Amino acid sequence: MRAFEYLSPKTLEAASAAVRTAPEGARIIAGGQDLLGELKERIATPGRVVSLKAVPGLRGIREESGSLRIGALATVQEVAESPLVREKAPALAEAATSVGTPQIRALGTVGGNLCQRPRCWYYRLADFPCLKKGGGTCFAVEGDSRYHAILGGGPCHIVHPSDLAVALVALDASVEVVGAKGRRTIPIADLYALPAVDASRETTLAPDEIVAEVSVPAGARSAFRKFREKLSLDFAVVAAAVALGPKGPRVALGGVAPVPWRSREAEAALGAKPVTAESAAAAATAALAPAKPLKNNRYKVPLACAVLRRTILAAAGVADPGPPAPPATPAPTKKAGEDF
Amino acid sequence: MPEARTPKKPRRARGTKSAVHLLLRVNGEDREVTTAPHRTLLETLREDLGLTGTKHGCELGECGTCTVLVDGQPILSCLALSADYEGREITTVEGMADGAQLHPLQETFADLGAAQCGYCTPGFLLTAKALLEEKPSPSREEIREALAGNLCRCTGYLKIYEAVEQAAARMREEGPRGGR
Repeated sequence: MRAFEYLSPKTLEAASAAVRTAPEGARIIAGGQDLLGELKERIATPGRVVSLKAVPGLRGIREESGSLRIGALATVQEVAESPLVREKAPALAEAATSVGTPQIRALGTVGGNLCQRPRCWYYRLADFPCLKKGGGTCFAVEGDSRYHAILGGGPCHIVHPSDLAVALVALDASVEVVGAKGRRTIPIADLYALPAVDASRETTLAPDEIVAEVSVPAGARSAFRKFREKLSLDFAVVAAAVALGPKGPRVALGGVAPVPWRSREAEAALGAKPVTAESAAAAATAALAPAKPLKNNRYKVPLACAVLRRTILAAAGVADPGPPAPPATPAPTKKAGEDF
Repeated sequence: MPEARTPKKPRRARGTKSAVHLLLRVNGEDREVTTAPHRTLLETLREDLGLTGTKHGCELGECGTCTVLVDGQPILSCLALSADYEGREITTVEGMADGAQLHPLQETFADLGAAQCGYCTPGFLLTAKALLEEKPSPSREEIREALAGNLCRCTGYLKIYEAVEQAAARMREEGPRGGR
């Protein structure tokens, strides 16, 4: 780790100012579960680290006029175990349960989970000067792309690592952030932008803006499912969240795109009608129709299709009749030795 | 750098890039430490306080061997900055035994051969201690879930699960003893 100055201000406004005025760059630390890895690998080399531990009022989970209000410093474990979240936003509780290990859930926070940096192995190694680190290449294009994006990729092909964000996009949550210009509230989908906008970052926040609170409309039927290679601890290979709220179905996918991916195609396919096994399968197929896999991740297309179909059925409480006939994906133009 | 000299009033958890003055509570004792702000809790425990029972493992949050308890909850000391843990109750494996009297988990881990190379053992012991304090009679599935963040490459886990079950039984019979 590069040496840094450590500050622990007592308000979010002061924390934001401490970031703004740092002469050699600054990073916010909440639970530190993502930041410490970046500091150790020297992907992040701030001259100042600003801790939120002394800022009061950022921790609780409460219900207020039809919404769950979750403080940015609420831990992932608190969200997973909260009876309120389990009852009123089950997809979020399921997503939180799937994060990391008990130790990581104990320290990892909601705000930190939403703002965590990608796990792309080229990004995480200082030796690869990738687009995200200001270099000129996305190494996944020619390299090993088995865990990379199949939707929304380019010029950088990371997948967004947050499970909570996927659930929150489906649940139509909004995020309150604090910065130099005061407070503003944005829909969670607007917290993220594709690498085509700016490959160096995943969020739309200004450097001195800090997530303060997440607000989740309560009561929609919802579900979250995640496919991972290792059950005890893993990021999603593919995740899906579905909410069936009063404004119609909302569908989000994780592990497939550089942002938590909202699928309007799937939402349109489901429409306002009650979910059936057939409509779930059709919606899942529609969601993956625009997929553009890289060299090594074509497997993610049928995988995401299956995970999404099951998630839709789980959200609607419809029994799973088993997989339908495989979707008609275009035959890959496969070259010898190319497939993973 | 004038700020680096011992200030008249301790400036806790603030300071320069070279030093922060911290008051940490470890295994029931208050410990004063002057250390670098970028020290992890693991480094501070091992190098500033000489508590080498806590082990360096992957440094990434995947192996659990650096697990310590903070306010009774298992956390990864390699992913924590020491400066963030002032005023919290930190327990390391050195704080489990009561003098010469081992914690029941330490006894059953030894009795059943739940430790082979032993490198992961401090992390397992502390994670299991937190579990048994919350759930005195955990099911095998609850033990598996609680220990999911601790890797062991020797035992295949079976003996570890059995040792936790046997310690739980002993603790239920004898009531709490030893450790903090």
